[in-house]
Amino acid sequence: MRRLVKLALQKPELAGALLLLTLVIVFQIRSDGVFLSVNNLRGILGLLPETALVAVGVTLLMISGEFDLSVGSVFALMPMTMAVLVVGGWPFWAAMAVGLGVCIVIGFVNGIITIRYDIPSFITTLGMMFMARSLTVVVSGGFPPRIRPGEIPSRLFVGFIDDGNLIRASVLWFLGIAIIIGLLLGKTNFGNWVRATGGFLPAAKAMGIPTGRVKVVCFMISSVLAGFAGMIQSMRLNSFLPSTGEGMELQAVAAAVIGGTSLMGGVGSILGGVIGATLIRLIDNGMVLSQIDANWFRFAIGALTIFAVVGNAWLRKKGRAMKVSVDK
Amino acid sequence: MSKPIIQVKNLHKWYSGVHALKGVTLDVQRGEALGLVGDNGAGKSTLINILSGLHQQDEGEIIVEGQPVQISNPKDAMALGIETIYQYNSMVPIMTIARNMFIGREPVKFSIGGIGWLDEAKMREESVQAIADVDLHLRSPDALVGELSGGQRQGVAIARAMHFKSKVMILDEPTNHLSVKETAKVIGFVQGLKEQGVTAIFISHNLHHVFACCDRIVAMALGEVVLDKRANETSIEEVSEKL
Ligand SMILES: Nc1ncnc2c1ncn2[C@@H]1O[C@H](COP(=O)(O)OP(=O)(O)OP(=O)(O)O)[C@@H](O)[C@H]1O
Ligand SMILES: [Mg+2]
Repeated sequence: MRRLVKLALQKPELAGALLLLTLVIVFQIRSDGVFLSVNNLRGILGLLPETALVAVGVTLLMISGEFDLSVGSVFALMPMTMAVLVVGGWPFWAAMAVGLGVCIVIGFVNGIITIRYDIPSFITTLGMMFMARSLTVVVSGGFPPRIRPGEIPSRLFVGFIDDGNLIRASVLWFLGIAIIIGLLLGKTNFGNWVRATGGFLPAAKAMGIPTGRVKVVCFMISSVLAGFAGMIQSMRLNSFLPSTGEGMELQAVAAAVIGGTSLMGGVGSILGGVIGATLIRLIDNGMVLSQIDANWFRFAIGALTIFAVVGNAWLRKKGRAMKVSVDK
Repeated sequence: MSKPIIQVKNLHKWYSGVHALKGVTLDVQRGEALGLVGDNGAGKSTLINILSGLHQQDEGEIIVEGQPVQISNPKDAMALGIETIYQYNSMVPIMTIARNMFIGREPVKFSIGGIGWLDEAKMREESVQAIADVDLHLRSPDALVGELSGGQRQGVAIARAMHFKSKVMILDEPTNHLSVKETAKVIGFVQGLKEQGVTAIFISHNLHHVFACCDRIVAMALGEVVLDKRANETSIEEVSEKL
């Protein structure tokens, strides 16, 4: 028991991984094998990188001790900015750079306001959520920009990379980025500062970590990943809508939490965020296949989130009790 | 007597209306263990927070080893060889001992633009060595600091300060909320500093703890130094009267 508690504390994503495995088996059986069929996997693998990229950024930010509710709006604003510029005659790469630049600015503003005025990022980014969504509508001019197939190199981002039309390039982008962010958090000095900043701010400050700057960088990464994910989704659907990504911010937070990230900061892993996002996508898809009323989807995600938070809190309490007994 | 390692001259600090330090002047001699005592709000933490770079003075001068210095942040203080240990603020509980030892001073194998690849093997080896050097016995550098007892935590914090060759170690109430046995251990650490030639500034509310390990007693009250004597020339009674 003790060892289990300790293991779960050190590997907070473990419970999510086990649940993932269980669900795959349950859905596979309940759907008479359709779940793991090529056709169904194609659907899951199309959506997964988009949710998961947002979750990766939000997870990193939450580990640094902050929140980002504006990711859903940035998810729409980035591709909208890019598409409007392309329609206006800009070359694709320049338009994409401007789109990502907008994300960087939004992340920077989120971070600076949060740090400078010492207010909860929950509020800063809630405001930014509305502002960025509004900007998206304004930028679109009321008419979704139409981009002809072939006008932008979508294939580089969402084209199928295998003959079986199963895996899109977006899966590779996602894997590459997730690995880079995972290594950044786990294997670099910057990652150490992120964890210290979120884990116990006074200690990080006392050790001379530029905690404000660390957080601002995490805000910017979160924003950029959300924008990039939004671009991928818009390219996949070849439609650039101002309403894209609504509710994405809460899915991302749910993914992080389900994957074991603590709301208090410090605890969590990128792998956990990815597992959480995968769980959300699987539940969405598996429910449809199992012919459960799709309206239960949000109920399931909500329940799972609460369950994960309660479970983590319980584990930490167990962990503390353990320490006391070690003392004696 | 040789030159003081730290000289503080006429230090003033205001916190929006509160005059927390009212012209504090103090010399800290090389190699001594200085006990800083005073009632709640006397200004002890304010003084050491300025020395450790968490706050800046509004007026006054700090001289370290004969050189006037500007301590703008904790990194400046560390670069001058001043390390500070707090009851709560020294360690991140959810991180391992090895990770905690090197927060902000991580050894890296290579780096690009300030972001470097951690040399984890070195971090583990050196933290094992540093912990052994202060006679602390811990199973593994991979244990979370949150799993350690309060005294062990302070031991790790002291090991960290020693590892980075601190010349002056400031301990702000390191024995708060520790059991009797653990307190004895921390006082043992402070006594051990002397043998290693490290100057110590030890802050505590408990005069018995201070007298147990310090050569010199400085008492503060309402932002001023009210007593400054060698420990063997004063007594617990005299000091407590001043507070
Ligand atoms: N960050 C701050 N902002 C405003 N006032 C402060 C701050 N820190 C300290 N003070 C005030 O400055 C005065 C000195 O406080 P300080 O913490 O230095 O005392 P202390 O001697 O360390 O007391 P204690 O024994 O309680 O730790 C107090 O009146 C305190 O209220
Ligand atoms: Mg104090």
